[in-house]
Amino acid sequence: MLTLERVGAAYGLSRVLSEISLSVGRGELVTLLGRNGAGKSTLLRTIAGLHPAAAGRVIFAGADITGLVPYERARRGIGYVPQGRGIFPHLTVRENLRLGLAARFGRGEGRNARLPDHVFDLFPVLARLSERKGGLLSGGEQQQLAIARALATKPALLLLDEPTEGLQPSIVQDIQAALKRIRRELNVAMLLVEQYLDFAWSVADRFYVIQRGSMATEGNTRERAADTVAHLLSV
Amino acid sequence: MTDYALLAGQLFNGVSVASILLLAALGLALSFGLMRVINMAHGEMLMVGGYLSFLTYRLAPARLGFGLALIAAFVGAAAFGALLELVLIRRLYGRPLDTLLATWGVSLALQQAARSIFGAIGVEVTAPKWLAGSFTVKGGLMAGFNLPYVRLFIIALAVFVLGGVWLFIQRTRLGLYVRAVHQDREMAEALGVNTGLVDLVIFALGTGVAGLAGSVLAFIAPVTPTVGQSYIVYAFLVVILGGLGSLLGTLLAAAVVGLFSAGAQIFTSVSFADVLLLMFVIGFIQFRPSGIFAARGRALEEG
Ligand SMILES: Nc1ncnc2c1ncn2[C@@H]1O[C@H](COP(=O)(O)OP(=O)(O)OP(=O)(O)O)[C@@H](O)[C@H]1O
Ligand SMILES: [Mg+2]
Repeated sequence: MLTLERVGAAYGLSRVLSEISLSVGRGELVTLLGRNGAGKSTLLRTIAGLHPAAAGRVIFAGADITGLVPYERARRGIGYVPQGRGIFPHLTVRENLRLGLAARFGRGEGRNARLPDHVFDLFPVLARLSERKGGLLSGGEQQQLAIARALATKPALLLLDEPTEGLQPSIVQDIQAALKRIRRELNVAMLLVEQYLDFAWSVADRFYVIQRGSMATEGNTRERAADTVAHLLSV
Repeated sequence: MTDYALLAGQLFNGVSVASILLLAALGLALSFGLMRVINMAHGEMLMVGGYLSFLTYRLAPARLGFGLALIAAFVGAAAFGALLELVLIRRLYGRPLDTLLATWGVSLALQQAARSIFGAIGVEVTAPKWLAGSFTVKGGLMAGFNLPYVRLFIIALAVFVLGGVWLFIQRTRLGLYVRAVHQDREMAEALGVNTGLVDLVIFALGTGVAGLAGSVLAFIAPVTPTVGQSYIVYAFLVVILGGLGSLLGTLLAAAVVGLFSAGAQIFTSVSFADVLLLMFVIGFIQFRPSGIFAARGRALEEG
């Protein structure tokens, strides 16, 4: 589904990522771990096309997309849920969700593009809030909206940047359940950036750990215990 | 003519000037709100609209001339704006000073081109017969109060255009994209919005509306190579006063600027009225530096 080949990225002259190679298979849930500032968000942004790759190649669904602009990647099936959620504050929940259809209009679905039922099925709270402005939602509601909006694009791959950041435990559980269902029922592949090891291990098939911009280790969450990478994440 | 009629007449003039300013400033406000771009050649879009109207009247059959002139002015100026965006502004994205300089160059080039083609002296456009008359109050308090149909038409057109732009932004899918790009360009793009296309459409819409302003302006003043210059300063004042990127703010500010200069002209000369206007704007932005409505985020939402 997604393959990164020796991808590098920089902000101006300061190198943030080097020689990152990873892959996410069809319908697979892979987690990306690392300390604050390790470069996780930068990597997701590079995959989404929001940050240029200074080196290497990004291959998605068999095609080299390294040179594509973000909206073209979205139209090919990459859904993005940014750190901080990226909700349009002055658009209603319904309008935020309708923007998720933009990618599908671009795919030629035209007027037939509709919000899939499973969006409200997964996040029932959104149906109740549909006329509320995005900026007025709670953090948990915003996070659910951000995931729902990305799902509205009918992605084949979902990039999730710290979806549990700053949320109370019960909402974290809701999101955990939602991710499991998205994977099982919709067969969407996911690349999940996480701070919390337990959460990551509970949903992911495989993991990668980056350390100061380089790949430190990788493995299978069923074969290796979470403790074995903990030292790479603690400060 | 009674004093009341004089006052009312001046007020009415102010409203019609405000309408033209609104049309001229709308594009500036929109493209700055969305793209953070200041187009110094925006005034020349009025000029382009004016000359296109002039040409249409010359070439088209008289009965159709009026409608065709408006359409030609809008479409011509919009096409010109689209070209400008594609060839120049897009390439200078994120370099505001270069954009300022480059569009200023375009502005000068367009003025010179107009001088070469149409001459330095203005060309006249006469309004069609049904617009040429005026309505005069015969007796009473307002005796002598005179409402020229042309100015009534200009006001109606401005209301119509503002309403149309508002509906476009609030009710259409493309309008939703415009609001999204306005709030978070990156996120909109990541969801599949072709933000470059949105920019192009808004820029062309803004220059097209300026072309319309030029077209109706031609009814009340000759079209000259520098007609844009004489209005653009006021249009910039409107945008500064209204808050960059705000439709409602632009409307209110156009009304303030139009009425202020018309009102001040009752008591003083035109140039001193300008001085007073400038002092007023400078004073105002001391208190509300971001205009009547702040530009970021809310602007396009509030209408
Ligand atoms: N816009 C920017 N300009 C310059 N440097 C940046 C910029 N954004 C991030 N960086 C730097 O790049 C490095 C990686 O940042 P990034 O946001 O990718 O880290 P992260 O792993 O997502 O961290 P966190 O866990 O805190 O979200 C950091 O050192 C950061 O300071
Ligand atoms: Mg991050």
